[in-house]
Amino acid sequence: MEKKQSLSGVFMNGVITENPTFRLVLGTCPTIAVTTNAVNGIGMGLAATFVLVGSNLVISLLRNFIPDKVRIPAFVVVICTFVTMVQMLLQAYVPVLYESLGLFIPLIVVNCIILARAEAFASKNAPLASVMDGLGMGLGFTAAITIIGCIRELFGSGSLFGLNIMGAGYQPMLILVLAPGGFIVFGLVLGIANIIMKRADAKKAAKEGAQA
Amino acid sequence: MGLHVSNAPFIYNRDTTRSLMADVILALLPTTLAGIFFFGLGALLHVLVGTASAMLAEYAYQKLTHKPVRIRDCSAALTGMLLALNMPVSAPLWVTLIGSAVAIVLVKELFGGIGDNFMNPALTARAILMASWPVAMTAYTQPVFSLGLQADAVSSATVLHGLSATPLQMFLGFIPGTIGEVSKAAILIGFLYLLLKGVITWHIPVIYVGSYALLALALGNNVLNGVLSGGLLFGAVFMATDYVTNPMTRGGQIIFAMGCGVLTCLIRNFSSYPEGVTFAILLMNIATPLIDKYVKGARVYGKGKK
Amino acid sequence: MNELLKILMFMVSCVLTHNFIFSRFLGNCPFLGVSNKVETAVGMGVAVTFVMALASLFTWLVYHLVLVKLGLRYLDTIAFILIIAGLVQFVEMFIKKSSPSLYKALGIYLPLITTNCAVLGVAVLNVSEGYNLLYSVLNGTFGALGFLLAIVLMAGVRERLETSDIPEPFRGFPICIIIAGLMSVAFMGFSGFGG
Repeated sequence: MEKKQSLSGVFMNGVITENPTFRLVLGTCPTIAVTTNAVNGIGMGLAATFVLVGSNLVISLLRNFIPDKVRIPAFVVVICTFVTMVQMLLQAYVPVLYESLGLFIPLIVVNCIILARAEAFASKNAPLASVMDGLGMGLGFTAAITIIGCIRELFGSGSLFGLNIMGAGYQPMLILVLAPGGFIVFGLVLGIANIIMKRADAKKAAKEGAQA
Repeated sequence: MGLHVSNAPFIYNRDTTRSLMADVILALLPTTLAGIFFFGLGALLHVLVGTASAMLAEYAYQKLTHKPVRIRDCSAALTGMLLALNMPVSAPLWVTLIGSAVAIVLVKELFGGIGDNFMNPALTARAILMASWPVAMTAYTQPVFSLGLQADAVSSATVLHGLSATPLQMFLGFIPGTIGEVSKAAILIGFLYLLLKGVITWHIPVIYVGSYALLALALGNNVLNGVLSGGLLFGAVFMATDYVTNPMTRGGQIIFAMGCGVLTCLIRNFSSYPEGVTFAILLMNIATPLIDKYVKGARVYGKGKK
Repeated sequence: MNELLKILMFMVSCVLTHNFIFSRFLGNCPFLGVSNKVETAVGMGVAVTFVMALASLFTWLVYHLVLVKLGLRYLDTIAFILIIAGLVQFVEMFIKKSSPSLYKALGIYLPLITTNCAVLGVAVLNVSEGYNLLYSVLNGTFGALGFLLAIVLMAGVRERLETSDIPEPFRGFPICIIIAGLMSVAFMGFSGFGG
């Protein structure tokens, strides 16, 4: 019995149920590298979302024309096109973000999330659904890395989105905006996310069990 | 009661662990007293805060995760004490508090508790603190000799930063540094106690310091100064000898100790840090599983009660 | 002699000071995915070294001899990724012929070297840092050796932790990432090595 997912279902799947950062644990490189502050997190997330939506759309439109043998290189070329677009757009309109995201903008090409969704969803589904999937996954990714970015920025620099929150007397825990802190915060957040999701699943199961 | 699978050394008996920990704590007493003598009551406060915070953190974690509470085995207390002895006396007490908690929760308990950590908790926490609050962690002061709290503390560079001091001063402890590292005499007393009690063997500390000395000689450093400065002796006796995070075979231990010595010397000479002991030992901790995998031989631990 | 020393220090800094995993965050996915057994980790590390060395060579050549000459710098990302994809295909065939057991052990992670951010990352870095051909290839080779070091150390630790009582929500990826973080703390000791 196949349950056809509604468009909003597809979207929410990307944001929550199959959140690429917390559930699928994909795209870990930028997750650790650009979450030194919240603005970088949002910036990278939105850039990746743009690429994801664009590539999902195009790949979905072309899905019946791309021969199976060369599908991976074909996907990569499509994704690359959008990444190059994003590169140029950022360089032109948001140069500060372009500077701080640096190397990781071209690396969006190899962000496993995008290739994974092209392979798992866009190549098998209609364009509109693919766009929703791209949007959901992208925004799920954005939310996740922004949360991590907020934590690292707040305790590691005392600010949030650039605004000093903790006050002058606060001595920031510098390691949080350095490499080790990135790994440790991500790992801890992932573990805590697992705890939260397990509790939510248990509650849902209990509710369904009670209703049965 | 489920089967408790864990890693070597297999210390089942809470009392065995406890007596071992108690011995190490006793061995640390001369060092602690020396620290108080040189740096005042602030040193004692650090030790108390460190120990209490570690025990509290372990208690809280074990309660929250519904595990048996085992703070009576004194391993948390020891970790807290070791961390405190790695602090400069002028560091704020809340830094020690956080450090102890991090050592216990992040480095030890999250990996399964006693026997399961792969890096030395106190040392890892110290490195994390150094990266988090670098200014506070390197604010060394000259010895104070008063029983007041940091009365008129005069900040000073340590010998590793270029301060000149005589070997005698460095041996007895009349130099700036962390609470536990300054008095080599006190450390040696502790070393002798641990040897006599059979808690440790001479191999790791001696080979560690020896390899360091050899490389230092080859690189043209002042070997006596190098051996007597910084945390080398303290690290060699109390940190590198932690059972859980060093290899299980004698051959492995020798490699471990040599690695520590070589890395300490290299880091002191070539990196942007003046002190290399912390990182050297941590790096060898990380290499220990591989050493254990490939160096076969008679196991040193797990022989049971003599 | 001085030049030789500079090269030596550069090699050390690629492996230790700016370790691709612990400092640059490049190569996380295979680092987390293929590090549960030492033998597989070594195989992956060697394969990545091969790919990264060759990738550094070819991408540099294509960038400086073709793209720059034709004024097509903005096509660098596409060009690089296509070169890398081709190289990985080649390495896949090579491993399949020479070591079928390794081929099986690496499984899906072998073609995934294409998406290993370390490979594309080093190509982009070589350009952005303005390295000449020699330094680019050294960066690729020794950077990959740093990756190999990291993944083997991680495998050693993970094998040891197989019998540890890690809390359920942290088993798998979370604890692995935390381990990487703690290793990264230790690797901070190398800052300043190699100038």
